Amino acid sequence: MPGLATQVEPYSVVIAIGGMPVRLNTTDSDFLDLLHHRYAGFVSADESTEYEFDLHLGPLAWADRHADVSVKYRAGRWLLERGDFRAEWEPALGRGSIRQTANPYAIDAVLRIVHTLVLAKQGGFLLHSASAIRNGKAFLFAGVSGAGKTTISRLAPPDATLLTDEISYVRKQAAGYVAHGTPFTGELAKLGENASAPVAALYLLAQGPENRIDPVAAADAGRELLANVLFFAEDREMVHRAFQAACDFVARVPVHRLTFVPDARVWELIV
Amino acid sequence: MTKKMYVARSPRIAARMLGEEMLVMSGQGSTLFTLNPTATILWQAADGSTPLDEIVERRICSEFEVKREEAMRDAEALAGDLAKHGILLISEQPITNPQTPLQEQAKP
Repeated sequence: MPGLATQVEPYSVVIAIGGMPVRLNTTDSDFLDLLHHRYAGFVSADESTEYEFDLHLGPLAWADRHADVSVKYRAGRWLLERGDFRAEWEPALGRGSIRQTANPYAIDAVLRIVHTLVLAKQGGFLLHSASAIRNGKAFLFAGVSGAGKTTISRLAPPDATLLTDEISYVRKQAAGYVAHGTPFTGELAKLGENASAPVAALYLLAQGPENRIDPVAAADAGRELLANVLFFAEDREMVHRAFQAACDFVARVPVHRLTFVPDARVWELIV
Repeated sequence: MTKKMYVARSPRIAARMLGEEMLVMSGQGSTLFTLNPTATILWQAADGSTPLDEIVERRICSEFEVKREEAMRDAEALAGDLAKHGILLISEQPITNPQTPLQEQAKP
């Protein structure tokens, strides 16, 4: 005789960004479809995930819908909150839970935050920059909104693989830095390719009357890089890690100012 | 008799020399500062056990060819300014173990 209580089997999807698989469990098949669509190209068949989150969908009656993001570490857990989500994550166990409304923006924000926290411990970071692979090398194009990230992405030649037009994923490895594609999009609204390559250079974008590349002093490079690193945690240790990661990066990777006019010839300088 | 002043680097600060410039970042509020050459010398020499007047005499007067009294006045003002921003600790006693009020939990 069947029991009165029915166990609901969760649906599950593994999203691997930057080579880091994260399993998301939900009981909502519609939301599962949304996740498959939203992260197409980054859905992995890998069963061995290091990180796993249970999603609980529904209205957040207690929350201020307009509340800004808050990331705090308390008693072994990261607490991630915004107007449309509240998440807890215990990194020692690799497990967490997310309460959110059924929109893709909330899970997108949680994934970005989790990746920044994991990357910070490894000397990497997420960066407000477009990035692309050309001739087996990755190039990053950083700048604030309006600096030209989307424009340089649109102008990319057919032999370039676009990793993102908005948020680059930079991982530190023994031999240097590797840039990975991300599904985090800007105005181009096109997912990056799930590919990776060693970082050859970081270009700080500026629009001007001609295409040119100029050197950037190390301290200026550090300041501008830090201004574009995504960081959310209100936590001294993590702030220091992000600072050291940015300083390490500019000490090892060439940083240039790329001034460009909006036409495809600028890519003749990127080789 | 003039009291001695001791200065120590705050453990709440991360610092790094990039090229010719010293960048320091406060863990509180993620504020980034760039130190000028004098502040950089002061920061580097601020070991908590060397009195400020010795730092001025050995490191600043020799570097900038400035009179000792003038350099001392400027260094005291600078140290006070850096302390206000939480970059340096100041004491009339040697600062042997500059600890932060809140010890951080190690995160896995």
